[in-house]
Amino acid sequence: MSTTYDEALANYEPVFGLETHVELGTVSKMFCGCGTTFGAPPNTQVCPVCLGLPGSLPVANAMAIESTIRIGLALHCTIARWCRFARKNYFYPDMPKNFQISQYDEPLCVEGYLDVEVGDSVVRVGIERVHLEEDTGKSLHVGGSTGRIHGATHSLVDYNRAGIPLVEIVTKPVPGTGALAPEVARAYVTELRETLRALGVSDVRMEEGSLRCDVNLSLNRVGATEWGTRSETKNVNSLRSVERAVRSEIERQSEVLSAGGRVVQETRHFHEDTGVTTSGRSKEMAEDYRYFPEPDLVPIAPAADWVESLRDALPELPFERRRRLREEWGISALDMQAALNAGAVAAIESTVAAGASPRDAYKWWMGELARQANERGVEVSTLPVTPSDVARISVLVNDGKLTDKLARQVLDGVLACEGSPDDVVAARGLEVVSDDAALGAAVDAAIGADPDAAQKVRDGKVAAAGALVGAVMKATGGKADAARVRELVLERLNTDA
Amino acid sequence: MADLTQASARELARLIATGEVSAVEVTQAHLDRISAVDAKVHAFLHVDADGALGAARAVDEKRSRGADLGPLAGVPLALKDVLTQKDVPTTCGSRILEGWRPPYDSTVVRKLREADVVILGKTNMDEFAMGSSTENSAFGVTRNPWDLERIPGGSSGGSSAAVSSFQAPLAIGTDTGGSIRQPAAVTGIVGVKPTYGGVSRYGLVAFSSSLDQAGPFARNILDAALLHATIAGHDPLDSTSIDAPVPDVVTAARAGDVTGVRVGVVRELNGEGYDAGVRQRFSEAVALLTSLGAEVGEVSCPHFDYAMPAYYLIAPSEASSNLARFDAMRYGLRVGDDGTRSAEEVMAMTRAAGFGPEVKRRIMIGTYALSSGYYDAYYGSAQKVRTLISQDFAAAFEKFDVLVSPSTPTTAFRIGERTDDPLKMYLADLDTIPSNLAGNASMSLPVGLSPDDGLPVGLQIMAPALADDRLYRVAAVLEAALALQWGHALIEEAPAL
Ligand SMILES: [Zn+2]
Repeated sequence: MSTTYDEALANYEPVFGLETHVELGTVSKMFCGCGTTFGAPPNTQVCPVCLGLPGSLPVANAMAIESTIRIGLALHCTIARWCRFARKNYFYPDMPKNFQISQYDEPLCVEGYLDVEVGDSVVRVGIERVHLEEDTGKSLHVGGSTGRIHGATHSLVDYNRAGIPLVEIVTKPVPGTGALAPEVARAYVTELRETLRALGVSDVRMEEGSLRCDVNLSLNRVGATEWGTRSETKNVNSLRSVERAVRSEIERQSEVLSAGGRVVQETRHFHEDTGVTTSGRSKEMAEDYRYFPEPDLVPIAPAADWVESLRDALPELPFERRRRLREEWGISALDMQAALNAGAVAAIESTVAAGASPRDAYKWWMGELARQANERGVEVSTLPVTPSDVARISVLVNDGKLTDKLARQVLDGVLACEGSPDDVVAARGLEVVSDDAALGAAVDAAIGADPDAAQKVRDGKVAAAGALVGAVMKATGGKADAARVRELVLERLNTDA
Repeated sequence: MADLTQASARELARLIATGEVSAVEVTQAHLDRISAVDAKVHAFLHVDADGALGAARAVDEKRSRGADLGPLAGVPLALKDVLTQKDVPTTCGSRILEGWRPPYDSTVVRKLREADVVILGKTNMDEFAMGSSTENSAFGVTRNPWDLERIPGGSSGGSSAAVSSFQAPLAIGTDTGGSIRQPAAVTGIVGVKPTYGGVSRYGLVAFSSSLDQAGPFARNILDAALLHATIAGHDPLDSTSIDAPVPDVVTAARAGDVTGVRVGVVRELNGEGYDAGVRQRFSEAVALLTSLGAEVGEVSCPHFDYAMPAYYLIAPSEASSNLARFDAMRYGLRVGDDGTRSAEEVMAMTRAAGFGPEVKRRIMIGTYALSSGYYDAYYGSAQKVRTLISQDFAAAFEKFDVLVSPSTPTTAFRIGERTDDPLKMYLADLDTIPSNLAGNASMSLPVGLSPDDGLPVGLQIMAPALADDRLYRVAAVLEAALALQWGHALIEEAPAL
């Protein structure tokens, strides 16, 4: 912890809020039939409607409305019985109509929460609203040095993104998390992303912009009742950045306040490279979007029984699932957190389903496989090994057909794409040698080669058997079942041990 | 047939279907008429002779194959330049759209094509349908065939002038506050604003989305019904389109009957500010309805007095947002793009140069009315008035089957007479606006020439939403009775050009 950060928290209570935009994974756009494939050549997924051509009219995508309601239900929101779209009016070239169809004072979902786990504690983050809108096009500024509009000689606009359904999820202000604020913010976005993924409503790829975050932050003087002025940081587009942006704003605002200054209500930009925010446009002269109900669309009035059927059909949500798995696997919240951070929960679950014990499955994925993934710099879930491979290896070990050492070699073979665990065992000849005749000869040879050790064992110094067992193991290339070797050594030397 | 341009749409369709004349002959006769008189009238902004003749040839081929022809197959039509027709210039009477050729057909145009209606070209209009005289077109005024020094009404003045000057037997207009009914009234023809949502708005360049409705112009009730039936119906591309069977307007127009029909004369839509000649012809028509068996009474709709101010908040508010898309970035006019200016500057310069004064006035009114801090007082209050007006209608329709009023307080005024006084100009839509705010069906039909100036007077019939057939049932009887009185249709009194 830096001094600045500690000082900030000694004097101020951070209050953060998050606005998350999620592009829905619907096949077609929000108000027309155009496709939504990411990365298509510019302006190939457009039509009169999403280009806002004169005379064209929007028709709301029923699947997008359904997805938004499902998100609202998963976030424990109340679903509006009647609500309308609204026009948000402002001029910008990437907005074909110079207004965005959004929702204003009648959002589809309100008043919910999302429980997030940080360490051993659970923080309940309040959800203010979930609403549906259309995305804008994308501007490309050409000729400047930074891709920014300043210094550009001209700009190009790709309208493929224009009209893609976008859900905005706004939290209530989250106070009381103190020094954990950055971590809680990150945990919230992580949990939200997992929830959206479980719902199957979005591919939630932050790097492709299908999930984007704005971070609001203000500082209250400790003990004060009045809340401080907040900044809104845009362009926070990775989990790590969420955490860093909150922290950076805590430090910056604290410095401003401690120097007797005043925090300006403004939009700030987060810089991935430096981890700090810089001032954007001031919001003190608030832009007037002249919202009014969208007259081209009829109100949304979801039938109560339909909403209930959507609620009944919700999948198990990540928070509940983790709680269930923790109980089933008998692991601590921290161990579960580690598995979650490693992205290994699903793999462990599948491995258990394929016949491994929870303990073994966790051990393999969070041990050897996590190490291998780390070495390769990839997510553990992307390693070329299936949960059933891991389960099979675990069964072979438990049946005594593989030692732990052999098992790791089998795993190496699987990871090298040599085939299934059984294929690798066969091809590499890795099966444990437990055939007494073969082992007997090796034991005899070892006893003959080390008469001192043999005598010590005969004299009752059983620990000396270790050297003989080691010699057998060496002679068999580690393929022998060490426990059986030890039994044979002691049998041969007539001890009772 | 001596002059094909004098025939009704129904008669032309019959002649084509029986092979007495070809669709090409019919189309050519109208193109010739346009060549002969439109220099004086200026109803058309764009005549698509090749497209029209091509469509006519297709009808003739279809007939020669023995295929079934629809009730309007081969009949020429003039299309208000606010509806998109693929590859045909669409300007909405504005410089800002000059040169734009839409890449798609509006649903109205698609339905017209499917019915083998021949589209002659695009008609003049007040810029973006904002006006009551067609003087706000960026491409010059359109003149009233009854008196070339007078306005043809607006905003669909090109369409009303085309039909009343026999350049087309049918036309499509759009009606946001009276833009079909008022031009129909002042040019002595029939104009219908269907129930809001009865005709798809897809491809209708929006002025005020919650009020805009396309509808037919014709020289008689049955022709209007045939066109109404052709363009109406549910459209999945327009969310506000009504998913219900289209009222059987054609049967209603054929089987007119007012026996026992309860007709309410709206007290608030008459009196001070109305021309004596208009009031006289209106009273006579009402008396005629009584003599034909209708049960006529008076009804008060007290909130209609607030319809005008509510309309001039709602329509400009929606327009300020709808017209934001005209920003030089994607289509139409671009001003000031010399490589030194930002996109924002080019947008501002283009909009300054491309929009006319009335459009700018309404964008500014609307922007102001939607501004934060003013929204509730202006847009919010206007919406409340709108609800009260709907309630007035609902109460009136409990006692009456249809309501009637003059279509407009005065006959056609002189070109230039009201251009310096927007408020006076707005009064032209005093009678028609309530039906737009409530979304119900409404029609204007000619009921004589004013004894003051010899110019046409229109009577407005209003029916509940989805009861469009009532308009035709009542109008057909009145039309027949009036023709019997006069010995001919009123339009035959129009001066030769
Ligand atoms: Zn599209």
